[in-house]
Amino acid sequence: MSQAAHQRVFTSWGRVQRVAHTALGVSSRHAPLSLPADAQSVLPYGNGRSYGDSNLNPGGALLLAGQLDRFIDFDPATGLLRCEAGVLLSTVLRLVVSQGWFLPVTPGTQFVTVGGAIANDVHGKNHHVAGSFGNHVTQLELLRSDGTRRVCSPTQHPDWFSATIGGLGLTGLITWAEIQLRRAVNPYMDVETIKFGSLEAFFELSQASERDHEYTVSWIDCAFTGRRLGRGLFSRANHAPAVMDLSSLPASLLGGVSETSRRVPITPPLSLINTLSLKAFNTLYFHKQRAAVVRSVQHYRPFFYPLDALLEWNRIYGPKGFYQYQCVIPPDDALTVTRRLLHTIAHSGQGSFLAVLKQFGTPASRGMLSFAQPGTTLALDFPNVGPRLHRLFDELDRIVLAAGGRLYAAKDGRMGPALFQAGYPRWREFSDYVDPRFSSGLWRRVTETT
Amino acid sequence: MRKILIVGATSGMAEACARLWAQRGDHLFLAARNPSQLQSVGDDLRARGAARVGQKVFDANDLSAHAALLADATQTLGGLDTVLIAHGTLTDQERAQQDVGYALQEIQTNGTSVVALMTLAGEQFAQQSHGAIAVISSVAGDRGRQSNYVYGSAKALVSAFASGMRQRLAKQGVHVITIKPGFVSTPMTAHLKQGALWAKPEQVAKDIAAAIDQGRRVVYTPGFWRWIMLIIQHIPEFVFVKLKL
Repeated sequence: MSQAAHQRVFTSWGRVQRVAHTALGVSSRHAPLSLPADAQSVLPYGNGRSYGDSNLNPGGALLLAGQLDRFIDFDPATGLLRCEAGVLLSTVLRLVVSQGWFLPVTPGTQFVTVGGAIANDVHGKNHHVAGSFGNHVTQLELLRSDGTRRVCSPTQHPDWFSATIGGLGLTGLITWAEIQLRRAVNPYMDVETIKFGSLEAFFELSQASERDHEYTVSWIDCAFTGRRLGRGLFSRANHAPAVMDLSSLPASLLGGVSETSRRVPITPPLSLINTLSLKAFNTLYFHKQRAAVVRSVQHYRPFFYPLDALLEWNRIYGPKGFYQYQCVIPPDDALTVTRRLLHTIAHSGQGSFLAVLKQFGTPASRGMLSFAQPGTTLALDFPNVGPRLHRLFDELDRIVLAAGGRLYAAKDGRMGPALFQAGYPRWREFSDYVDPRFSSGLWRRVTETT
Repeated sequence: MRKILIVGATSGMAEACARLWAQRGDHLFLAARNPSQLQSVGDDLRARGAARVGQKVFDANDLSAHAALLADATQTLGGLDTVLIAHGTLTDQERAQQDVGYALQEIQTNGTSVVALMTLAGEQFAQQSHGAIAVISSVAGDRGRQSNYVYGSAKALVSAFASGMRQRLAKQGVHVITIKPGFVSTPMTAHLKQGALWAKPEQVAKDIAAAIDQGRRVVYTPGFWRWIMLIIQHIPEFVFVKLKL
C-alpha cells in the first residue's frame, strides 16, 4: 500500500454536499497533529452530525477526530468524567447511566462526539435550567497546529476556553475534555405531554412549566395556515425520582428500552417528504393523542433520542438532501416574530415533520460564538427543492435579522456573511483565536468580505 | 473467564478486541511499545469497568524481553490461557525495495519476532496442556504481490509457522489460530482510499473473539476474503506477472 494521501468523500448530516477531502488519522491524543504536506487547511471531523458545512472543509483536509475514543477517568463518586474528544455521547451514557449519572446537557441525538458537543456548544431541552453543554465542561486540552498544547478552563486560559466552546473546531483540535455529569438515580423520565392550540398557549405553558420541569420542548405544526397555525404538543419532564417504584408499573409503561434500531437501507430516488405527506402526518400526529394531557414514564432513550431509533433517517429526504433552519429570537417580540416565521413557512407550503419550538433560559453561554441565548428557538427541516427553498430562507433571514436573532451554525449550510456577523458580534474577536491552519466551508463563507 | 496477553495492544484491532474482552469480564495484560499510548488504552479499559488490566512497555524486536513478558503476564493474571499477537508495522514497500536494512527490519518486526513469541508461548501452553495462541497474519501473506511483498512475505512466514505449530500442538490441547484480516480502517490507514472492501476494527474484533472461543484454525476477516484470496492464489504465474495487483 502506498503512503500517498487519497481523497475520501465526506458528507454532513443534511447530505446536500458530497465533498472529497484529504483524510488524516488521529492515532493518539499524545501524538503531534498530522497536517497535510502542502498548505491545505484542516478541520476536525467527529461523527458527521452537523447538518450543513460547518463540519466540511472543501478543498482541504479533515482530521478524523472520532478516532480519539478513549475514556481517561471516571469517578462514580463525584460524576467527573474525563475522556478523549472523539468519544460518543451514546458511549458515555452506556458507561455512566448504570452508575447513577447522566449527561448534564444532551442534544436530540446521542450520536455526536464530546468534541463536537463542545465545538458547537450544543443545547438540550433543559437549557432554561442548565444552559448549554459548554457550561458543564470543567477543562479541556487544545492542540494547535504549531504543536502547542493548552489546558483551558474557566480559570486557566479563559479566553482560549471561551473561543473553543462553540468555536466550530476552528481554534485547534480538542484532544480531551472533562465534564461534570449530573445525578440520575434511574434511566427513566417522568413525562407529561400537553396539547396546545395556539402560539400564545405555547408561551404560557413554557412559562408555567419552567420552574418545576427540568426539560421542556414542543413539536409544532407548521403545515397549516389560519386557525390551525401554532397548534402543537408541549412536552415537559423530569428524571424519575428514586422513590418511584418502577417494578409496580406495567411493563408497557416502561417500553422502548430496547437498544435495537432500524436503518433506512437505501436513499429513495425522491424525497419522501412533500406537502401532501406533511399535512397528513402532522394531522395524524396531533390527533394521535386524544386527551389534552397525558402523563407517562419513559426510558430516557425514546424521550431524548426518538430519531436515533431510525439510523440514517436523513436518507428519507432523497438524494438532494435537506436543510435545517434553526434560529433564536430575542424575548421582546418573540411571540410576534415566531408567528411571522411560522406563517411564512406555512404559506410557502414547505416545511417538515420536525418542527421544534423551545424557550431558552437565562444561563449565559460561555462561548464567543455560542448559539444559545435568552429567547425562543425554532428548528425545522426542509427537503432541498432548490431555488424555491432558498427564496423562503431569504425571507426568513430578513425576519430573523430584523428581530436581532441569529442562526445556529451547526445546522447551517447557506447563511450569508451579513446575517452571521450581525448575529455573532464577537466573531472578529473570535477570529484572532482561529488556528492559522484550520478552516471550514462555513467559516470561509460567513467571513467573506464583499 | 479468560486470562489474555495482548501483544501490540495499541493497534486498532487489538484495542477493539480488548474492549470486547474487558466488557465480558476477561482479565487482560497489555503489551505495547509506546508508553503513553499503552497508558491511554489501559486507562480506557479500566474506566470502562474492566475487571483486571495489567500492562507493560514492550518492544517485540527486543527478543531478549520476550520470556520476561510472558512471565510477567502469567504472574500478574495468576495464570495465562490466551495470547493475541497483534503487533506490526505498515511497511513502505518502495523504501523496502531500495533499503536492505529496512526490509530486513520489517521482516523481523512483522515476521521473526512473531515466531519467537509464538515459540515461547507454545512451550508454556504445551506444558500446562491448554491455551490458545491467536496470531494476526494477513491476506497479504497468501501470495506475494508487487505492491507489498516485503510485508506479505513476513506474514507468509507467520502463516506457515502457525500452520505447523497448530498441527504439532493440537494433540497437547493447544489451539493455534491464524487470523487473516483484509483491509481494516484504523488511524494507521486513515489516509488511504477506502472502498467497500474495508472493515471496521470492531467487526474484525468480533471475528477474532469468536474464532478463539470456537477453536477455529484459519480465519479470514471479513469472511469474503477467503474467496478473494482463493482466486488470487490460483491465478497462473504467467498471467499474474502481467497484473497490477
